[in-house]
Amino acid sequence: MNNPTEYLPRSYHTRVSTYWWLARWAYVKFILREASSVFVAWIVVVTLLQIRALTRGPADYAELQNSLRSPLLLTLNAVSLAFVIFHAVTWFNLAPKAMVIRLRGKRLSSLAIAAPNYVAWVVISAAIAWILLRG
Amino acid sequence: MLFSAGGVVSAMLMPIHVLLFGLAFPLGWLDAPSYEHLLALVRHPLTRVYLFILCSLPLFHWAHRFRFTLYDGLQIKHLNELINTFCYGGATLGTAVAAYLLWRIP
Amino acid sequence: MANRITLEVTRYNPAHDEKPRPDTYEVPLRKEWVVLDALNYIKDHLDGSLSFRWSCRMGVCGSCGMMVNGVPKLTCATFLSDYAPGPVRVEPMSHFPVLRDLVVDTSDFLVKLAKSKPWIIRKVEKPLDEEYFQTPEQMDAYKQFSMCINCMLCYAACPVYGLDPLFSGPAAIALAQRYNLDSRDQGASDRLDILSHHEGIWGCTFVGECTQVCPKNVDPAAAIQQYKLTATMEWLKALVLPRGAE
Repeated sequence: MNNPTEYLPRSYHTRVSTYWWLARWAYVKFILREASSVFVAWIVVVTLLQIRALTRGPADYAELQNSLRSPLLLTLNAVSLAFVIFHAVTWFNLAPKAMVIRLRGKRLSSLAIAAPNYVAWVVISAAIAWILLRG
Repeated sequence: MLFSAGGVVSAMLMPIHVLLFGLAFPLGWLDAPSYEHLLALVRHPLTRVYLFILCSLPLFHWAHRFRFTLYDGLQIKHLNELINTFCYGGATLGTAVAAYLLWRIP
Repeated sequence: MANRITLEVTRYNPAHDEKPRPDTYEVPLRKEWVVLDALNYIKDHLDGSLSFRWSCRMGVCGSCGMMVNGVPKLTCATFLSDYAPGPVRVEPMSHFPVLRDLVVDTSDFLVKLAKSKPWIIRKVEKPLDEEYFQTPEQMDAYKQFSMCINCMLCYAACPVYGLDPLFSGPAAIALAQRYNLDSRDQGASDRLDILSHHEGIWGCTFVGECTQVCPKNVDPAAAIQQYKLTATMEWLKALVLPRGAE
């Protein structure tokens, strides 16, 4: 249809707006989910800063701890926590779609695949917390 | 594949890290572990491997996701060489920094 | 309930319009009417030049897909009273070139669908008088994906399809997966070569809107993610066992 002829004149191609993702809430949620990756990258940066401070000595580490108490970083990290939890929940809920597991002929439900993920999440988080807090 | 692995790592491991180091310790909800305890933990080879995974895979997850968000969200796919360099280059750089830092722990 | 409702319908005549624009029509609001009924009323009584596709009027042919208030819908399955008091915006399906009024050019979809080779591929044909046997479990493996009526609502909903001309799109990939999972089919590798071309399936970022709008619950998003997993496994197998992975 890109070659107009006498009986088939040109078709109209609507340009997709840059703001296509604002048109529906489902699209906004999608973009937010993708945007969570930015906060994931930020958390890596914070972790690397922590490792560096640890290497440099107690004074440097204490200084980093102080800056982590600033309102700016507290807010940023709180927002990061919200986004990273949003990522985890959407990830665990969507993972079952890709995996079709059949047990004795019947397909495992989405819940049956998502639930172990959530359990693992809680167990692993508890283990990490325990390792960090027992010292 | 790196995207999936990074997605799983960031989903499973990051929330507790941010909760503790980003909020609970700075705000005093829980006693922060001492410098000595953390240093001892980080010196252990297993912890270093764990931290390497924690710092590198999520970066590749970010790289892949952010690249497609720029393509689809902002429709700047024509800048794709620049975007690819920024995203995957950034992830590689971050991974290299992580490796360096973890190697250099006293 | 009021007894009239206003429709804002996109009109476009390429012979003398520069771009599509909406026209307003007032139609009766009958309790059992669907949007398709309203469009037919307009064509019969108000403006005979209105052009739109429809056929079975019962949700099985896939012809009447249009955007109703910005959401891709089968107009034969969308009740007018759900939009009372209106107005109701009826536009041609997104992401397809508009030929005339509510009629879109679907040739891109048809090309991509053909690339999926949506038919049983056999390496070894059985003789014509021999049947292929299939258990209920085997049919269950692909049945959901076989319900596709090619209505293209998923293409109208998919932002990646709108933005990336190389993306195969939800239905094409779901139908490829339908045949890959069919126990009678032996063509999975043929399809893989074509579809795992970078944008063919990897353009999908799992927005998931395709599944939300599908009138037949095909769940193309799931099909695509499953196909991604399959393609990745094949890639890994080829890496580890370069020759003998079949």
